[in-house]
Amino acid sequence: MTARVGVVTFPGSLDDHDAARAVTLAGADAVSLWHGDANLHNVDAIVLPGGFSYGDYLRCGAIARFAPVMEKVIEAAHAGMPVLGICNGFQILCESHLLPGALTRNDHLHFICRDQKLKIENNSSAWTRDYELGQEIVVPLKNGEGGFVADDYTLDQLEAEGRVIARYLDLNPNGSRRDIAGITNVAGNVVGLMPHPEHAVEDLTGPTTDGLGFFTSVLTTLLAGQAVSV
Amino acid sequence: MSIDTVGNAKETPVAQQPFKELGLKPDEYARIKEILGRRPTSSELAMYSVMWSEHCSYKSSKVHLRQFGEKAPHSDALLVGIGENAGVVDIGHGWAVTFKVESHNHPSYVEPYQGAATGVGGIVRDIISMGARPVAVMDPLRFGDPLNPDTRRVLTGVVSGIGGYGNCLGLPNIGGEIVFDPSYQGNPLVNALCVGTMKHEDIHLAAASGVGNSVILYGARTGGDGIGGVSVLASETFDADGPAKRPSVQVGDPFMEKLLIECTLEVLHAGLVEGIQDLGGAGISCATSELASNGEGGMHVWLDRVLLRDHTLSPEEILMSESQERMCAVVLPNKVEEFMAVCKKWDVEAVVIGEVNASGRLTVDWHGEQIVDVPPRSVAHDGPVYDRPFARPVWLDARQSDTPTAERLARPTTASEIRDTLLRMVAAPNLAAKTWVTSQYDRYVRGNTVLAQPEDSGMIRVDEETGLGVAVSTDCNARFAALDPYRGAQLAFAESYRNVAVTGAVPLAVTNCLNFGSPEDPAVMWQFEQAVTGLADACLEMGTPVTGGNVSFYNQTGEVAIHPTPVVGVLGVIDDVARRTPMAWQEDGELIYLLGETTDELAGSEWAHEVHAHLGGLPPVLDLTKERTLAEILVAGSRDGMFSAAHDVSDGGVIQTLVEMAIRSNIGARLWVPEDLDPFVFMWSESATRAVVVVPRSEEMRFSAMCEARNFAATRIGVVDSQIGSEYGLSGQALRLENIYGSEVSVTISDLSQASEKTLPALFG
Repeated sequence: MTARVGVVTFPGSLDDHDAARAVTLAGADAVSLWHGDANLHNVDAIVLPGGFSYGDYLRCGAIARFAPVMEKVIEAAHAGMPVLGICNGFQILCESHLLPGALTRNDHLHFICRDQKLKIENNSSAWTRDYELGQEIVVPLKNGEGGFVADDYTLDQLEAEGRVIARYLDLNPNGSRRDIAGITNVAGNVVGLMPHPEHAVEDLTGPTTDGLGFFTSVLTTLLAGQAVSV
Repeated sequence: MSIDTVGNAKETPVAQQPFKELGLKPDEYARIKEILGRRPTSSELAMYSVMWSEHCSYKSSKVHLRQFGEKAPHSDALLVGIGENAGVVDIGHGWAVTFKVESHNHPSYVEPYQGAATGVGGIVRDIISMGARPVAVMDPLRFGDPLNPDTRRVLTGVVSGIGGYGNCLGLPNIGGEIVFDPSYQGNPLVNALCVGTMKHEDIHLAAASGVGNSVILYGARTGGDGIGGVSVLASETFDADGPAKRPSVQVGDPFMEKLLIECTLEVLHAGLVEGIQDLGGAGISCATSELASNGEGGMHVWLDRVLLRDHTLSPEEILMSESQERMCAVVLPNKVEEFMAVCKKWDVEAVVIGEVNASGRLTVDWHGEQIVDVPPRSVAHDGPVYDRPFARPVWLDARQSDTPTAERLARPTTASEIRDTLLRMVAAPNLAAKTWVTSQYDRYVRGNTVLAQPEDSGMIRVDEETGLGVAVSTDCNARFAALDPYRGAQLAFAESYRNVAVTGAVPLAVTNCLNFGSPEDPAVMWQFEQAVTGLADACLEMGTPVTGGNVSFYNQTGEVAIHPTPVVGVLGVIDDVARRTPMAWQEDGELIYLLGETTDELAGSEWAHEVHAHLGGLPPVLDLTKERTLAEILVAGSRDGMFSAAHDVSDGGVIQTLVEMAIRSNIGARLWVPEDLDPFVFMWSESATRAVVVVPRSEEMRFSAMCEARNFAATRIGVVDSQIGSEYGLSGQALRLENIYGSEVSVTISDLSQASEKTLPALFG
C-alpha cells in the first residue's frame, strides 16, 4: 500500500502545493489536510508547509499552533508519527513545543531568497535517513524570520544528542545560532527545517534535486515500520 | 451630520459645491448638472469626481489609445481584448493566460512601502477578477540618482513593500527592471505586472447581468484609507491649509489578499458568479458603476449595509474609499447562500449590498434615503474626453543633433583603457547585478518557475503534464524615448519581444504601462502621442496585439517631466519549458556567435549615460522585419536544440551580454573583436536587433545554414574555454578579449562578478 502523507493548509500557507508535489514525486500519496480538520484522515506522516499562516500576525506560527488540526498533529507526533515542518512549519513546531528554540527575525533584517548549501549532520531521523552523513546539499532558502535561537544549554544538548540535522555551509543566511538549519526531537520523528527541500525536487524548477531525499526518507522510515530513534 | 439626498439636491439647486477641490473643472461640473438635470448630491459629486479623474477615465489618453484597437493585428490567440480588467490570450491545450501591468508611482513616492505593496495587490486583483489564478509577478522600477539620499528612502521602501506583500501572497517574483536616472528623482516609477492562468471555460467578465441578481461585496472591511480629496466633502468646515484628515495612501494586508484569491477562485470554479469586479481606484463607486454599465444597466445599492472598519465614515467616504483587498460579485439569488458558505470557509466577510434591476439607473440609498440616482454609463464610461494640444518640443532638435561622436565624447583607445572602462561599466548601477533586490523576493513558490531574474524573461510552467509554459519580459530604455519617443517606444517593444524569443518562446501579446509627465504640457502630450503611435505601429507590423495596459500621467515635479517611459511587456508561449534556452553557456568548445549587425550607435547608451552623463543624438535604428527574423531564428534554434545558451544584447552592449553569460555560468571564454569593427564600438554600441547565441560544435553547420537561408548576419566572436585563465596565469575562470587595439584584455570572472555584485549593497545595503 502506498504511504499517505498529509500536507496541512492553514489560511496563508503558500508552499502546500509544492510540498504535495514533492511527496508525490517521492512516490507517496499526498493528502490535503485543512486547518479546521478534526482528524488526520488516516495519514502516515505529516508535512507542515511554508508560508505565512494566519498572516503570521502576532508572531510566526503562534496562531497556527492553536488550529484544530494541530491538536491532532501534536498527539500523533507524541505517538511517533513522522512530522516535518518547513520554514513556517518549523516555526509552528517550535510554538507547539514539539521542538525546542525559536525562529527570530533575520539578523540583517531583510527577507532572503537564495540557493543555500547545507551539510547533513544526522541521517537517522525519520526525514533524513536517505542522506549520507556529512552530505552537502543545495536547496532554496527563503525567509524573513529564520534565525534559530535557543539558550546555550539547549544548543549544547541538541549537539550532544546529535539532534542538529543540518547546518548552513559557506554562509549563515539569517544569523542562526551555531549555523543551525534544522533540528529533530529526541525520538527523531519530528523535524523542523528552515530551508525548502520541496523547491529542489525537479531539475527544471529547482537549483538541484537534493531536496527529494527528505521525502523519500520518510517513505523508507514508514516501509521499515520501525520505531525511529536517534 | 446631515445627508445630502436627491430630494435635497432638487430643492436646493444653487448650493455651493466644492467641485474644484475635488479636481473637477467648471465645464465638467456643468456637464454633470446637465446629465442629471439638477445639481449632483454630494455623494454623486464624489462619484463623478473620482470616476472622471485622469486615473480612472483616461480622459487625456483615450483619443490616442484607440490606436491600439484600430491597429490591432488579427490574432487568433486573443480571447478577450482591450477594455476588460486584463486581456486574455489562448496558449493552447485549453489554457488561457491573462497579464497586465499597472503603475503605482505617486503613492510609492509618498509612502514607498505601502505604495509598492498595494500596487502589487491591485494588479493581482485585476487578474483574479478575470477568473485566473495569479502565477507570477514582475516589477519594472525606476528610481532617481543612486547617490541621492532620497533614492535610498524610496528604493528600500519599495523593495520591502513588493517583497513584504508579494512574498506573503505566494506569488513568485520572476523579473522586472531596476533603472536609475536623475529624471525620476521626485517621480519614481513603480509598475507592477501580474500573470494569471486559467482554462478557457473559467474566463469571467465584469458585468452585472440578470435582473434580480445580488451584488455582494466581500473581502476586507471598508475604512478611511485612500480617500484623498473626497474628505473635502466629509468636512463640515473645509480648511485648505489644514492637515489631511486621513492618509490618502492605502494600507495593504497581504494575508487578506491571499484569502481573497483562494476564496474568489473557489466561488468562480463552483459556478457561483455571474459577473465580478475588483475594487481598486475609486472603490465602490467604480465597481458598482462599471458592473451596472457593462450589464443590463440598472443597479440598486443599500450603502448602509457595507461593513465598515470605522463607523464614523460618511456615505461619500464609503463610496470613494480605496481600502484594499475587496471584491464585488454578481450572484444569482439562489446561489447566494452557497457563495456565503465559501466566504465563511476562508474567513472572508461578505454582505449583499445591492441588486441588479432594469431601471437603467444606478441608485444608492443610505438608511432609507436616496443619495445617488445616476445613469451608470455617464459615470463609468461616458466621462469627458480631451484631445489635448500637442507639439514637438522646440528643444528636441538641439538634443537630437548632439550626437555622441568620438570627437564629442572621449572614448577608450587602448587595451588598458578598455579594461578600465569594462570594470567601471559592469559596476554601473544600471548594469550591476540586481541580486541585492531580487534576493528579497521569493522566486520559488508554487514550484513552476523555470527562469527568473537575471535571465532574459521570467518563464513559468503552466501545465505540469505537457510542459506548456509562458515567458514574460518588460523593457524600456527611456533615454531612447527621450531622444525620439516614436522609435523609443518601438525599441522598448523590440527589446521585450527579443527577450521573450531568446528563451525559445513565441511572442504572442503585448501589455504596456505608459509613464509620462503632465498631459497639460503640449511637449509631453506630443511624446505620448508619438510613443503610442510607435507602439501601435510596431504591434501591427509584428502581429502581436496590445491586450491592455495603463497610463500614468503627471509624473513631473514643477516644469520638469520624467523621461517618457513607455514600459512594454511581451508575453510568449513555449510548448515545452524543458526546451527553453538559458543564458549561461555550458561547456568547453561551444561557439559564441553574435547575431545581428553592430554600428556606431552610442546615443542614449548606458556608456554615454554612465561615463559622460550625456543624452543626445538619435536612438539606434530599428528594422522590425529583421527583428522578426531574429526572433524566428531564436525560437527555431531553441526548438531544434541548436543553442546551449542565448542572451539578448541591449543596455551596455555586447560586452555586457557576454559578461552576464560568463558570470551566470562561471566558465571562461576566449573572445575576439571582428576585424571590421572598432573594439570600443563592438563592445558598447547599443545597436538593436542583436543577441548572443552559444552553439555546440555539432550544431554549427545547421545553425550557419539557418542564418544564411534567412540572410541574417551571424558572426563568430568566441569560444567557451575553461582553461583560458590558467593558460594566461590568471587565478580561476577568465574572459580573454583579443584584437583590442593590437593587444588583449584578460579579466577573471570573479573580478567581474565582484564588481557587479558589490554596487547595490554598497549603495543601499
